[in-house]
Amino acid sequence: MRLQQPAPSGFSLWRRMDIAGNLSGRWLRGADAGIRLDALSSSSGLSIQPHRLRGKSVLVVTQDQLAAALAMIELDGVVRRLLVCPPGLSPEHCSSLISAAGIDLIVCDTASAHIGDAGLERVTVHNRMIAQLEADRETDEPTEWILLTSGTTGRPKMTVHTLPGLTGAIGSRTAPQIPAVWSTFYDIRRYGGLQIFLRAMLGGGSMILSSAGEGAGAFLARTGSHGVTHISGTPSHWRASLMSAPVRQFAPRYIRLSGEIADQGILDRLRAAFREADIAHAFASTEAGVAFDVKDGLAGFPAGLVGRSRDGVEMKVENGSLRIKSPRTASRYLDEGGELRDADGFIDTGDMVELHHGRYHFVGRRDGLINTGGLKVHPEEIEAVINLHPRVRMCCVRGRRNPIVGAIVSADVVAEFDRPDHATDATEALRTEIIEICKKHLARHKIPAVIRFVPALGIGASGKLAR
Amino acid sequence: MPGNSIQIRSTVLAICHDVAKEQRIELAPLADSLLLSESGLDSLCLAVIVARLEDSLGFDPFDTDGDVEFPVTMGDFIRFYENAAAAAGA
Repeated sequence: MRLQQPAPSGFSLWRRMDIAGNLSGRWLRGADAGIRLDALSSSSGLSIQPHRLRGKSVLVVTQDQLAAALAMIELDGVVRRLLVCPPGLSPEHCSSLISAAGIDLIVCDTASAHIGDAGLERVTVHNRMIAQLEADRETDEPTEWILLTSGTTGRPKMTVHTLPGLTGAIGSRTAPQIPAVWSTFYDIRRYGGLQIFLRAMLGGGSMILSSAGEGAGAFLARTGSHGVTHISGTPSHWRASLMSAPVRQFAPRYIRLSGEIADQGILDRLRAAFREADIAHAFASTEAGVAFDVKDGLAGFPAGLVGRSRDGVEMKVENGSLRIKSPRTASRYLDEGGELRDADGFIDTGDMVELHHGRYHFVGRRDGLINTGGLKVHPEEIEAVINLHPRVRMCCVRGRRNPIVGAIVSADVVAEFDRPDHATDATEALRTEIIEICKKHLARHKIPAVIRFVPALGIGASGKLAR
Repeated sequence: MPGNSIQIRSTVLAICHDVAKEQRIELAPLADSLLLSESGLDSLCLAVIVARLEDSLGFDPFDTDGDVEFPVTMGDFIRFYENAAAAAGA
């Protein structure tokens, strides 16, 4: 065991990866290609020498996630601004971001070469080494990282981060004796996935990247075959995974949930499926950064976390929503996206919490309310109750327009039946049981008026349930 | 699918009974002359009944662009669905 040096927060990603040690035994692997990290000491995946990009404002837009990972490693500490595009960004939004962010160079892979403004200089990044470095890597430019919010409508907002802020929750710890192999269902070009990428790179580990279009089962089979030890995803990712067969051959040491409310149902189910694993659920957002993680296996978080904590994160609850002030938050929106912070420097997460018996529980998003006859209902609160039923794999609660009370609560449920051609009796019995559980835990207007059993539910590109 | 008026009547009555049972509401005998306001069904119950009838019958007679006069008696309520079914079937 060797101790890492104190948090070198002013150093570039590459310097800090190097300090984390043992580059030769570490790797990054996508669905169909992989690289050894020590190759980066002397070679590059870029079509021009990285030092020639010094001081530029760069847009990274690639089809291949591994190519994007290489671009991030090679460009931090070199370029002035690094705007990382998540997959699936529309060409119109892309063009608009290029002008709003003052981009002067596009880094793309061959598959994304058609995207963006044709007038800008272009550099290609590959998912393998293509050139020898002519000089040592430059690493002293304090690169501004621009990450996009995962809003589902309109152009995403651009949040401004720094590497020290993005890695503030990672810290420097003793390098693990058995190197971690990390993976995440997320794409690393979004905040949640980037956190895992940075944990792998700065913590002395390796990483398996997810692949668009690969189902949860195939992804888990691939991560399992590469000996993944640490893995993260949303509760929706995990619910979908627990329905897949490869999950049974999978034995991670650490499971992390973030991005959605981790209800007691999914925490208990993961505990039962992975008895040896540490299971944590984290609260983080693109704007507010990583606020905290909870390791006691219970939904919600201890009320004691509200107030000032040891690591500089301060939280308060105002008008029912959780607000965060910390050195890990974005510093601002880059464009006209509005004020990020209130007068006291807190970011309003829009996530509503309620205090019960010394613990705060997330009940839903402020903007996701269903109004049923003037009474407000959070869909997530009802989903957490439905998910308590042992046969329910996942569910999605929505408001449904109603002529009498404006909207009623409607639930789509993915359930496990004994037989695929389950009979009407079985469906009706389960429907009644779900209603009974809801009656026990919820006010009358929150009990679903309609329950439909569906074969599957959509999960959006951000890993969250498609609402 | 819109059915004949006997099927519609029996579907409406069955769903009213189901919802009342689920909501633990004591339902008055569902005669045609019974005022909905005195049936024991409150607006939330009626909302649930309308939603389930839409799923069961395949149409929602309240879903029109024009103004809808809300049925006052149980008989009005059933006729409302029968008329909509007849109009849809015509």
